[in-house]
Amino acid sequence: MQDRYFGDYGGQFVPELLMPPLLELERAVKEILPSPEFQQEFKDMLRDCVGRPSAMTHCPNLSRDTGVDLWLKREDLNHTGAHKINNTLGQALLTRRMGKKTLLTETGAGMNGVATATAAAMLDLDCVVYMGAKDVERQSVNVRRMEILGARVVPVTSGTQTLKDAINEALRYWIATQKTTHYCFGTAAGPHPFPYLVREFQAVVGREARQQFLDRNGRLPHIVCACVGGGSNAIGAFHAFIPDGSVRLVGVEAAGTGEPGCYNSAPLNLGTDGVLHGMKTRLLQTPEGQILPSHSISAGLDYPGVGPEHSHLQAIHRAEYACINDEQALSAFLTLSRREGIIPALESAHAVAWILENAAALQGQSVLVNLSGRGDKDMDIVEEALRDPAFAHLAATLGGDA
Amino acid sequence: MTSPMTLRIREANKAGKTALIPFLPAGFPSRDRFWDELEQLDRAGAAVIEIGMPFSDPVADGPVVAKASLECLADNVNLEWILSELKARKGTFRAALLLMGYLNPVLQYGLERFAHDAGQAGISGLILADLPYEESASIKAALKSHHISLVPLVGLNTSPERMALYADGADGFAYFVSVLGTTGQRDTLPEQIREKLAQARDIFDIPIALGFGLRHPDQLRELDGLCHAAVFGSALITHICNGGTSEEFMKPWL
Repeated sequence: MQDRYFGDYGGQFVPELLMPPLLELERAVKEILPSPEFQQEFKDMLRDCVGRPSAMTHCPNLSRDTGVDLWLKREDLNHTGAHKINNTLGQALLTRRMGKKTLLTETGAGMNGVATATAAAMLDLDCVVYMGAKDVERQSVNVRRMEILGARVVPVTSGTQTLKDAINEALRYWIATQKTTHYCFGTAAGPHPFPYLVREFQAVVGREARQQFLDRNGRLPHIVCACVGGGSNAIGAFHAFIPDGSVRLVGVEAAGTGEPGCYNSAPLNLGTDGVLHGMKTRLLQTPEGQILPSHSISAGLDYPGVGPEHSHLQAIHRAEYACINDEQALSAFLTLSRREGIIPALESAHAVAWILENAAALQGQSVLVNLSGRGDKDMDIVEEALRDPAFAHLAATLGGDA
Repeated sequence: MTSPMTLRIREANKAGKTALIPFLPAGFPSRDRFWDELEQLDRAGAAVIEIGMPFSDPVADGPVVAKASLECLADNVNLEWILSELKARKGTFRAALLLMGYLNPVLQYGLERFAHDAGQAGISGLILADLPYEESASIKAALKSHHISLVPLVGLNTSPERMALYADGADGFAYFVSVLGTTGQRDTLPEQIREKLAQARDIFDIPIALGFGLRHPDQLRELDGLCHAAVFGSALITHICNGGTSEEFMKPWL
């Protein structure tokens, strides 16, 4: 069963009732995915509907400010505003070829929900999105977008009312609807084959970025950096660079408020090995194995687990994982907006923040950051955060009434 | 050695009855009252008692069981408490005892340690709702040396080929999930259940228990001869939540 694992991590820890649809999906992944027809259709849709290849942007102002040669892979320029559309279109195409009618998904920040609803609309599929009630509230613009796109958004009021509980409910719903429904898992996590499948659909990011960097600079970057919640944008960015031993791969987790005892979202830094949502991976949990609630200012990183391939890359020391707290992310959000005219998603701001915080140690090095999404969806959160006295020093940099 | 769970189920069947397997989360409705409810279930003639090991993210459970389990967690119920309290009461139950839960708390407790302590506590069987055949080898091995059966869960969508995988070397009983869904009460059972139960009876040479969705004792008569035992959890929990006792609940089912 080793092909269901990345080293010690991965597997299929699900109720038996979910094994038939998972095995069906495994077969589809083996038979449909590699076929030239499928690959061509996927490539065409990425070009015609997503806008691929996405740009790679040099940041002259921040490079001057920091002494770090900073490049951004612009997944924020994709249709629907994030990397998520690469995966949802791929899975929607697969769903249609499997003869199923409905795309089921979960969402935290709402970007995966919007991307799935978009893919469903494009391919004439029904769409059901489970979303934690807390996230429904803090990402209301994305909820409205999903509904306009024709999706049914189901708020989840159990547990922490965030992504973790949305996944639990989506898995429950899938048990009952598996004959007609494909679970379009939103990140490179969950039971096999999802971590593999999502990585394959997101690997286009790193392949493009590697070639673009070579074309512009005649060499590879010193560092590739991306934020990590479930980890799909990071694994997509890293994958093509894994064989390049000279390239440092840096994933950035959310440290939440950064205070001791804070329920952060950094399982690779602060978690232990365990089993959740069908996979063995690093988890935030009590010594008794109960899953801890997570916290991050960015809903998309607010998850107590992580995709199993990241746990593996950490275990074999091929990738390193750092932490950035809410304040540092917020500061980077404002800095990138002001200095380069790019408003990043709060998730991506964590990756940018790692460069800014570590600039002294990175002098003269070239860093490619995967800017996984744009920040429109985060306006309400940012405005509310800047009203908090704890962030008054950041608000003061804005001027006006903020 | 035949599992005590098999023996108790066969005894009930010999007396012309469907064996009863009630489920309660450990520590429900309170840490003290739980042991009293367990004794009542035993006195009332349960063949096997299924004790839930609460988990924060119970994907296979419906709202009634999930809510009860989370309340127990809030009351600091953990595996250490469950196993030590059971050990102190070892030999006092006529019914065979079964633990049901999810893999992660067991993994954190330690597989070998769990198997040893559960054996010491008089446990005959274990159900892990998120452990399909593919991931079960190491746990099965750890349990075997302590004579604890890993009870297989199968359902309406389990193919005969997969049932055969589970049947190979299985003991105790096989748990047949009556609906494609989570635990909870339902008024009717799916139509294709008769055919699938007959298939399971052909493949497993251990008793078959039907669970998930049982609500009325009348449903047992519908299934007469199709399965050997019936599991009920949500209906019992709801009864206790409404002020009833386990003993009262059991009467009409016997």
